[in-house]
Amino acid sequence: MTDSPSTAGSTASTSTAPPRRNPAAGPVRWLDERLGLAGLAKKNLRKVFPDHWSFMLGEIALYSFVILLLTGVFLSLWFDPSMSEVAYDGVYAPLNGIEMSRAYESTLYISFEVRGGLLMRQIHHWAALLFMVAMTVHMLRVFFTGAYRKPRELNWTIGVGLFTVGLLAGFTGYSLPDDLLSGTGLRFVDGLIRSIPVVGVYLEFLVFGGEYPGDAIIPRLYIAHVLLIPGLLVGLISVHMLLLVFQKHTQWPGPGRTERNVVGYPILPVYAAKAGGFFFVVFGVTALLGGLFTINPIWNYGPYNPAEVTAGSQPDWYMGWVEGAVRIMPAWEFELFGLTWSMNVFIPAVLLLGLLTMVLAMYPFVERWVTKDEREHHLLQRPRDTPVRTALGVAGMTFYGLCWVGGGNDIIATQFRLDIYAITWFLRFAVFIGPVIAFIITKRICIALQRHDQERVLHGYETGVITRSVDGGYAERHAPIPQEEVYTLTSRDKVSVAAIESGTDENGVESPHRRSAQVHARASRFWHGDQVNPVTDDQLHDENHDSHAELESADDRFRGVSETGIPKDH
Amino acid sequence: MSDRMEPYDASASEVQPQDGRGMRGGAVPNPGLPEHQLRPTDVDEGLEKRAERQIAAMFGLATILTIGFCVAYYTVPEDSTIFGWSGLNFALGVTLGSALLLIGIGAIQWAKKLMDDHEIVEMRHPSVSSEEDRRVALAALSAGAAESGIGRRPLIRNSLLGALGVLGLPAVVALTDLGPIGDTSKVASTVWRRGMRVVNDVSGVPIRPEQVVQGQLINGEPAVLVPTGDEERDEELGVLHGAELLAEKAKAAVILVRMRPEEITATEGRENWDVDGIVCYSKICTHVGCPISLYEQTTHNVLCPCHQSTFDLANGAEVIFGPATRPLPQLQLGLDDEGYLIAMGDFEAVVGASYPTMRQS
Repeated sequence: MTDSPSTAGSTASTSTAPPRRNPAAGPVRWLDERLGLAGLAKKNLRKVFPDHWSFMLGEIALYSFVILLLTGVFLSLWFDPSMSEVAYDGVYAPLNGIEMSRAYESTLYISFEVRGGLLMRQIHHWAALLFMVAMTVHMLRVFFTGAYRKPRELNWTIGVGLFTVGLLAGFTGYSLPDDLLSGTGLRFVDGLIRSIPVVGVYLEFLVFGGEYPGDAIIPRLYIAHVLLIPGLLVGLISVHMLLLVFQKHTQWPGPGRTERNVVGYPILPVYAAKAGGFFFVVFGVTALLGGLFTINPIWNYGPYNPAEVTAGSQPDWYMGWVEGAVRIMPAWEFELFGLTWSMNVFIPAVLLLGLLTMVLAMYPFVERWVTKDEREHHLLQRPRDTPVRTALGVAGMTFYGLCWVGGGNDIIATQFRLDIYAITWFLRFAVFIGPVIAFIITKRICIALQRHDQERVLHGYETGVITRSVDGGYAERHAPIPQEEVYTLTSRDKVSVAAIESGTDENGVESPHRRSAQVHARASRFWHGDQVNPVTDDQLHDENHDSHAELESADDRFRGVSETGIPKDH
Repeated sequence: MSDRMEPYDASASEVQPQDGRGMRGGAVPNPGLPEHQLRPTDVDEGLEKRAERQIAAMFGLATILTIGFCVAYYTVPEDSTIFGWSGLNFALGVTLGSALLLIGIGAIQWAKKLMDDHEIVEMRHPSVSSEEDRRVALAALSAGAAESGIGRRPLIRNSLLGALGVLGLPAVVALTDLGPIGDTSKVASTVWRRGMRVVNDVSGVPIRPEQVVQGQLINGEPAVLVPTGDEERDEELGVLHGAELLAEKAKAAVILVRMRPEEITATEGRENWDVDGIVCYSKICTHVGCPISLYEQTTHNVLCPCHQSTFDLANGAEVIFGPATRPLPQLQLGLDDEGYLIAMGDFEAVVGASYPTMRQS
């Protein structure tokens, strides 16, 4: 290794000036002689990351996690995860003398007597909400752009794992203060565990160390919240990021951007400055939220008392859809083999959560089976270009959203003066019908947008200039769109539906794979049906194409008059 | 300005599909990367200097705000308020948040306005290793397997797999003592006994029938679950404490309501369970165990605030809406010699959420 600065980047050498002494050479040599990292650094210091606003969503999730670690360590210095009872004797007068757990008391202490404690608690809670929001939206971005396709299926699955563990992190966290609201959440979980077939009550006793609420659950949740779950998250995030670096980030298609390259800014310096700066922005925003907006004012709720509850009890937003599913599930419980099966709780709370995770984790593999697409993909797809995937995604979002509405049915009833039973009955049907309607509408919108793209390529854009022909007819002039846009709009996969085979060979012998081939062909037709193929070279240059009359003189600059009478140059 | 980009090779731009399936369209050839656009700060030295000053000002202001955070920590009293918020929290949050935000925005501005903004093209490489590498790796794997003889000695292999499989058991077995699962029968009973007084859940005062007003819902507890404040008396009554208290409270809480006797449709066998139209039901929802609290006196319905299961207290607390399946268990009321309301025994049905083995006890 020489001291020349030109070795810093493999793709761009900044200067061809003669070698001069690089001040970093000494320390770098010292480290390299011990760690041998120059080879790795050489490749990665100038690694290219493509730029797009939607690629920041995952960053927000990562940064919120770092903020959670920092503020969480601060909180753990004072928080006492104990359920032993003490009488409150602190500065918050309304609760003076009231019996409460050490967990609740120490949370009050952090909020009122540790300077900056309330700020850290509120930053921690805001960052937790942001963490889940960012993960969810990041996942939607990856889904709707097809970024999970080969070779990134495994990273998608890891992402689903992060999302699930994130839910647990949030739940275990907001249960710790042992206030009335978090205790109500725990009671719900108690009922949920009880509903698990056959082993319900035994599992309840194992989790709570005996009867609910007992005195073991807060210390157990605490160790899960500060050790097990963060450990798991750190591990999964590391693999997630390593795979991202190894596989390189996806990019949007466009001129010069292909499946074989990646176009963007190098980590050093632009990406480091932007991403590092963005960390501070996220931290700054959560700190301002923590300073200006109260969140989870546990002193208003009072200590947990299993005989009390407040109206309008709501979990944090990411649990709201499970809560809603539990609310709108009809009463269904039966006896079988001498056991009680509480489907009214088990299906919406346990099964649905498991189902969501499974469906999400399996999705890339199901899609690959339908498309039989074995290629690597590094260019993203616009949501409109995969109408069925987009429609499935929106259908899923509709289901999730309706469940979420169910989680707030009491608030909606009081705010809008509606009948709560009517809302519940509406949702019982809407969660099934809504996604179907959303699927159909979304698919049609996507196809309409595809047709619109096709029209732009073939007929150009509307100039707004009306011309009158010699025979008195009026027509709007169209002008062709730039070649770069034509390329962007047309360089996508052609639709290829698997043919439905007859199932017999030329001798009339039935193929052993007939059934599965037919199932696959149907799935393929469902997937690709009604899509619009990208415009081809032939179509664009078809001399007989009637649309070309409009475009004939489009390459020349022409003067016209717009509908407002103002002369216009084109 | 494109001297720093790799030459663009149009012929190598697409990964060719193997079987013609899913061939990429493309009506025109790839026009290549658009030309680099100069920014105002690239061409106007005045603007460049101004951007430099702006960014440095942000970093400078951030420094001042961070010091402001430290000053506020020591100087703002903890009980001060501003706009109804904690003044200290406000001061700390605003100084820290603004400082962080300014550092962030400054760094991003630096990157956007002043750092070299030439896009770089890097080539991708397929994830897959070379055929050769894979062949060698497979060969190494086979060699390892062959040398161990794992394929040739199924006896060793299977007994090892068995031993390792069984090793999962201690991991589960050792967790048995997480909770006393040997005796789960406690969940089916409460502390209510014949003769135990029903007391107000906050004051601990026993309740006389005449104190229960028509249309009012009273939250009750068994006398042993509400400390009276007098330690001697608590001892005499056997008042519970700590985790035991909470566990019993989670089951034994009740609601008392007075209705006109003719409004009550008593369940068969429970005709005399009320006292002068005062009925007593478990407060714990049979859905997932939330305490029920919302009473509508005209309909005699109580609504669980968690998931809106609704029970008709005039009709055996049957479920009339929502996800709950079982009526609220009823507590038979009576009067003691001093005229206070007492329980005539424990609940006959299981209180709270259902569980698989609930009908077996």
